[in-house]
Amino acid sequence: KEKISIALYFNIGIEDTNRITRCQVIHTPMSQYSSTVTRTHVSYEVKDDVAVVRMNDPNSKVNTISIQMQNEMTEVMNELWANDAVKSAVLISSKPGCFIAGADINMIQACSSAEEVTKLSQEGQKMFELVEKSPKPIVAAINGSCLGGGLEFAIACQYRIATKSKKTVLGTPEVMLGLLPGAGGTQRLPKMVGLPNAFDMMLTGRNIRADKAKKMGLVHHLVDPLGPGLKSPEQRTMDYLEEVAIQFAKGIVDKKIPLQKDKGMMQKIQDYVMSFEFVRNQIYKTVHGKVMKQSKGLYPAPLKIIECVKTGVEQGPTAGYLAESQNFGQLAMTAESSALIGLYHGQVACKKNRFGSPAKEVKTLAILGAGLMGAGIAQVTVDKGVRTILKDTTVQGLARGEEQVYKGLNDKTKKKSITSFERDSILSNLCGQLDYKGFEKVDMVIEAVFEDIKIKHAVLKEVEAVVSPHCIFASNTSALPIKDIAAASKRPDKVIGMHYFSPVDKMQLLEIITTDQTSKDTTASAVAVGLKQGKVIIVVGDGPGFYTTRCLAPVLVEAVRVLQEGADPKKLDSLTTSFGFPVGAATLVDEVGIDVAVHVAEDLGKAFGSRFGGGNVDVLKTMVELGFKGRKSGKGWYVYEPGRKIKEVNPEIGEILENYRMKANPAVSSDSDVQYRLISRFVNEAVLCLQEGILNGPLEGDIGAVFGLGFPPCLGGPFRFLDSFGADKLVAKMQQFEAVYGNQFSPCQLLLDHAKDSSKKFHK
Amino acid sequence: MASMLLNSVRRCPVSTSWAVRLGTRALGTTAPLQAQLQTKSKKTLARPGVKNIVLVEGVRTPFLLSGTTYANLMPHDLARAALQGLLNKTSLPKDAVDYIIYGIVIQEVKTSNVAREAALGAGFSDKIPAHTVTMACISSNQAMTSAVGLIAAGQCDAVVAGGAEFMSDVPIRHSRKMRKTMLALNRAKTLGQKLSLIGSIRMSHLSPELPAVAEFSTAETMGHSADRLAAAFGVSRLEQDEFALRSHTLAKKAQDDGLLEDVITFKVPGRDIVSKDNGIRPSSMEQMAKLKPAFVKPHGTVTAANSSFLTDGASAVLIMSEEKALAMGYKPKAYLRDFVYVSQDPKDQLLLGPTYSTPKVLERAGLSMSDIDVFEFHEAFAGQIMANLKAMDSDWFGQTYMGRKAKVGTPPMDKFNLWGGSLSLGHPFGATGCRLVTTVAHRLKKEGGQYGLVAACAAGGQGHAMVIEAYPQ
Repeated sequence: KEKISIALYFNIGIEDTNRITRCQVIHTPMSQYSSTVTRTHVSYEVKDDVAVVRMNDPNSKVNTISIQMQNEMTEVMNELWANDAVKSAVLISSKPGCFIAGADINMIQACSSAEEVTKLSQEGQKMFELVEKSPKPIVAAINGSCLGGGLEFAIACQYRIATKSKKTVLGTPEVMLGLLPGAGGTQRLPKMVGLPNAFDMMLTGRNIRADKAKKMGLVHHLVDPLGPGLKSPEQRTMDYLEEVAIQFAKGIVDKKIPLQKDKGMMQKIQDYVMSFEFVRNQIYKTVHGKVMKQSKGLYPAPLKIIECVKTGVEQGPTAGYLAESQNFGQLAMTAESSALIGLYHGQVACKKNRFGSPAKEVKTLAILGAGLMGAGIAQVTVDKGVRTILKDTTVQGLARGEEQVYKGLNDKTKKKSITSFERDSILSNLCGQLDYKGFEKVDMVIEAVFEDIKIKHAVLKEVEAVVSPHCIFASNTSALPIKDIAAASKRPDKVIGMHYFSPVDKMQLLEIITTDQTSKDTTASAVAVGLKQGKVIIVVGDGPGFYTTRCLAPVLVEAVRVLQEGADPKKLDSLTTSFGFPVGAATLVDEVGIDVAVHVAEDLGKAFGSRFGGGNVDVLKTMVELGFKGRKSGKGWYVYEPGRKIKEVNPEIGEILENYRMKANPAVSSDSDVQYRLISRFVNEAVLCLQEGILNGPLEGDIGAVFGLGFPPCLGGPFRFLDSFGADKLVAKMQQFEAVYGNQFSPCQLLLDHAKDSSKKFHK
Repeated sequence: MASMLLNSVRRCPVSTSWAVRLGTRALGTTAPLQAQLQTKSKKTLARPGVKNIVLVEGVRTPFLLSGTTYANLMPHDLARAALQGLLNKTSLPKDAVDYIIYGIVIQEVKTSNVAREAALGAGFSDKIPAHTVTMACISSNQAMTSAVGLIAAGQCDAVVAGGAEFMSDVPIRHSRKMRKTMLALNRAKTLGQKLSLIGSIRMSHLSPELPAVAEFSTAETMGHSADRLAAAFGVSRLEQDEFALRSHTLAKKAQDDGLLEDVITFKVPGRDIVSKDNGIRPSSMEQMAKLKPAFVKPHGTVTAANSSFLTDGASAVLIMSEEKALAMGYKPKAYLRDFVYVSQDPKDQLLLGPTYSTPKVLERAGLSMSDIDVFEFHEAFAGQIMANLKAMDSDWFGQTYMGRKAKVGTPPMDKFNLWGGSLSLGHPFGATGCRLVTTVAHRLKKEGGQYGLVAACAAGGQGHAMVIEAYPQ
């Protein structure tokens, strides 16, 4: 049972950005505000001698640090500091799911120079310095997301209390947008949680749950979320958090609650060790090395973060804050940052259903085939509370699939993100079976069976014989045209393609393929299911290889040619990863499966002709004949052995490559040429998909390439890459390759149009 | 008048005129009280074609703080003492019952069917079958309602039900790793195999496994959940301490006045004779205010003083069909009427059983809250009782979570747990249910009421309620 399974991970944590609703940057001049305007974002009331300051952005579901918010906050703070009846303050949001999610990303994008952005950063730094030096203790009461600028605000406060809710997360995700925490974050975090933790937070941008934050010393105290009482659980939990925070604020004023907790033995030891300069230098060096290894130096933000932290720790706060604001300004102007911010916007857009809500919600989903894909789809479905039937043809296949779902959930219990009880009740949504029992109640069937049109037709007919008329049939094929599959259907309007990427629980992308006959409601329903499964979705037109596989195929054949021309797999991998791909081309083929690559290359080769030529597919066929099918068979380009971390090149492929040796043309074979040969074929095919209407727009093209195929995130996707690199430059390179290799490198018309007119951009 | 009483009761719950007033009501000599009696929705809950099932007698051992006089016993010893006490008090022939059912929560593995072990030792005929049930804090309620079911179905005429709990000793196990090794050792054939297994034992094997005090599904301890529940309903520490003090004060008064007549004297093997509960300790609000929160620190409100304590004890009741009881010459204490079990979210509504079960059982019986003369609610935590009272008093809660048009309504405090409760008398998990039912029967008789209501919460988010009708004097 094989499919095209593309296993890719990002080393740079783009995949987590979906949790941030806005970006986090602090800025804003504090002087322009007129006090006669009534406050709409920040309000306060004094309870006993504690001022409860409430933030509530009336125009949004989340609080962001906007000009308005910051001005009102400054005004309120000044009033509190001047008010003798106030001895302390509690800072809390009126929105149950969000403390502060950050600041509006558009404001930073509105700046035209690094100096402007630096100034914004410095104003943010100043404001939080005032908060930090507040003569009246401020308790931040955190429920929901506390990210970026929100976290920087919170850590400037004297005390932090957070709810132990799943929604409460703290983090500094700026790095995912190619930025750094620019309002004192790089300076305060290391002091608060220590160098190693601070680096981990700022360099990965990951969200930290409340209990972990407590352990790290990021928050002082935790409050349990409450169930229903005399108000809704959400509201009552907020009130309770406020009550507890007020108690603590009073306690701090009365000196009953110490601001500094006694350090444990481990902490003391760590502090002592950190007091040596050479130890710290070793840390900077190690972290720097790790960043370079993972980012290949393609991402400036992590390096700048290290620099800011180092400057602050080694040269004192003045130099540190200055470095932070200046580097922040510089980063905001980088192409990498705009690429990452573009991806972020794209991702938000691809989390919406532009086809409206479906007529009927999918409550029961059936999956045919319990292989890696089928079981993966089941796993991301059952935990959303959807009843899921997992059908296979053999007991062994079914058992393996069910075990995969169980293991995926059990790993979550081990990481304590769900309880064992939740795991069990989630699993009760899964029904494994070998027959079509109960299919009359199924709202959607996703088939993940062997990639063979005859088998697809057979299951389609079997399914249509047992399901009710409203049931949608989705095919998780990666290359077979959906219209060919639908040809066997009695109701082609209910047939659609849903192309998942392996491993399904890790890969965010879902490519949905519609034919001319697919109804809008069917599409809306498929998108709704995908969104429920937590996917980022692109909806593309039908055709061989759709969008993603079609872009990948020419890269695969080009990679084979590069190998035939004498590069060894490790060299090929290093060329691709140093360009920004998270996984090298040779490793990618091993992950996908050599046999699958053969299918793709041959099928698409037939469909598109000589343009899809390049390396000799017989190389791959010979490998398959010898049993080198990639990772799953233990051998491909590399040798895979359980427990071995360092991959060795498969010694037996040398001979195969020797038999198919091609002579490299030195004019197009420098390292850089090879990189551009690979990337230009990818990009040209993507543009062609847009030209042919397979793609709905460049945005979905970028998202699909980055999240499905690992196109370098720092380049923002093929279309953004063309905008920033210059279509004319790429066309020039392609024409150079075309002279040697022919039409495989002929730029398509749309690409030529953009090359001719440099004012034409894919992204406005 | 009611509100006046309520106020006076809250401040001085055991005014001496109290019993007198209740007495007068029972006699029906004053007009307003007479009117109240007549406003009962139903004269009796007897229904044609439905067997009348009666409580003949109920007894319990003194409830003692665990680790005190009972410390060296085993659970079945306590159950046996209660059964013997029942035999003595009723002069029941030893083969006169058809069945014995016991409830227990923490099971001693050696006596997993504690009902059978206790019955054999108590001198019941060995021809009487016995089984054990478990349903957390309502285990003995389940034992009693199982008995009711057997009688109603015509399978039995006389059943002994009861419950026991022994917290002075709980089964502490070896770790799973160690158990696995030990079981493998059993199967090892050669000396070599045995030695290699013994050699595989590491320090980590030796860490013991304590019985979980936490809810299995949520891993949250009950005290922690109670604290959250109290917070959810905005129950203050002061309210909790006040209620706990009320419980202890009322219990002390009831004990001093000799009202707790279900308590038997028990000669503890190797120790003294025990005849009184030893957990009743009326303190002062100031003393109680000094305690630190026990579960949610430092801002929680549930403390050791406003929670029920770990208790050893056992109880037993004799349940019969009315005909059988009369035929055997007994004068029944009360009718056991409608009962319900409910369950809800074990995380956020763990202890709200009474809120859900009370309206349900009243509806079943066709009674209203005002028909009830005697309320006995299980007091797991003062915060839990107060939270339930607030939930029952909330239209929003009734509408949002119970699908009702309006609130349930609260029991008047002048009818509520007047002889103390689990907070003061103690709470041997498995044994509390029988105490509640017996107390209702005794209070109905003493106070002259007609209908009583028992309600209780239990781990797992479950709950129970039962309506009890006074047996005509």
